[in-house]
Amino acid sequence: MPIFFEKRQLVTPGDLLAEGDYLAGENTYLENGKIYAQRIGLVDSENKRVDVVALRAFYIPKPGDIVIGSVIEVGFNGWTVDIKSPYTAMLRASDVLSRPFKPQNDELSQVLNAGELVVAKIASYDRAHDPQLTVAEPGLGKITRGQLMRVTPTKIPRIIGRKGSMISMIKQETNCQIILGLNGVILVTGKTPEDEELAMTAITKIEDESHTSGLTDRVTQLLKEEKQKREEKKNE
Amino acid sequence: MSNKPEKLIDKKGLRLDGRKADELRSLKLEVGILPNADGSAYIEHGKNKILVGVYGPREMHPKHLSQNDRMVIRTRYHMAPFSVQERKSPAPSRREVELSKVIRESLEPSVFNDLYPRTGIDVFIEVLQADGGTRCASITAASLAIADAGIPMRDLVVACAAGKVEDQIVLDLMDEEDKLGVADVPVAYMPSLNAVTLLQMDGILSPEEMEKAVTMAIEGCKKIYAKQQEVLKTKYQLVKEGVEE
Repeated sequence: MPIFFEKRQLVTPGDLLAEGDYLAGENTYLENGKIYAQRIGLVDSENKRVDVVALRAFYIPKPGDIVIGSVIEVGFNGWTVDIKSPYTAMLRASDVLSRPFKPQNDELSQVLNAGELVVAKIASYDRAHDPQLTVAEPGLGKITRGQLMRVTPTKIPRIIGRKGSMISMIKQETNCQIILGLNGVILVTGKTPEDEELAMTAITKIEDESHTSGLTDRVTQLLKEEKQKREEKKNE
Repeated sequence: MSNKPEKLIDKKGLRLDGRKADELRSLKLEVGILPNADGSAYIEHGKNKILVGVYGPREMHPKHLSQNDRMVIRTRYHMAPFSVQERKSPAPSRREVELSKVIRESLEPSVFNDLYPRTGIDVFIEVLQADGGTRCASITAASLAIADAGIPMRDLVVACAAGKVEDQIVLDLMDEEDKLGVADVPVAYMPSLNAVTLLQMDGILSPEEMEKAVTMAIEGCKKIYAKQQEVLKTKYQLVKEGVEE
């Protein structure tokens, strides 16, 4: 029952990872008793389970996920929302209005128009049906302020950090509110555009260096340096 | 351009460009060079220069082409008008339509296309300069671009040709050898799984010669596979090392 990798080793699709008494975890597959990688990523194993943490992937909806999307079409009884996934999502009018929707009373484009952005939760999704969104919860709904940025969806957990250590640190250091859409879209809202820029540089750094260790410390340092530079500029 | 060479293989057994019978042309690979595409790759195989862009998985347009049980792969092989000596009309020719199909079918077995039903990926292959063996180089590059797009795959697909020139079996034919030679056998191969995904033959070969050519082509594939993996890894390794210094 050999393993053919070291922990956190970089693998490419088709790399043989393990043979025999192992379970094929995420981004891996089993063929003839052998486990191979499906994507470019870093291997990890835990309790006989072999996983690959993908470095490049796209977002596949999962019920319960918070996502950020933009309205692409106003329909008869709802909106079509682009959630940066292979599948476009539907948001129903009755869900947004939180009362029965009557086409003769409500003009949908006045509630949400094409091009506007929403924070929403995936209400349902399976192989046969496109995802349905819901905004009937606190914190969800139309976005009015802030800046958006995109990262690879697989890197969102890295930005959150262990028990949220990374994201809470960034929030604290930059005084920004940050909403992480699991589809890789991030909303940064701060008091000033400068604060937002600062938070965004930190997130970009995490994305670029997500597969390296000791990242939280380096990001903290980066934020401190950037802040100092700004102070110096102000004093000049 | 050039007159017809008298001999394709000289007395020392060297070919027109000085290669031995089982030697590959120079190879240069790059990934992730098109920022707008989800995945991309560039290959320079001898004098071939090919650029590949992959988009998706995304919703299929037109919608009726989507399949309820799988992801559809669409490929477009296209030669730039300036890719060959005589200007090639930019309109898709019979040959290009066929190659698009052949390349698609050699890539399909490598992709897990049942994971994302009702979607499609587009593979755009643009030949900027052609010098024989473009289908093989296209497959090698397209497979890299698909991996770069983060699409789950069984293995990378590599392709390489072997053939018969004068009375010798040689590896990796270039344009002149392809045109003046006896036979050409392109092979696409998934090394980890030891599976052939494309096997064609153009010309006349005896069964023994065919076997020799296929074995030789597969050996060539394995060499290219190593480079393919290396280039994918360096893209991410570079960041890692740059930070750890």
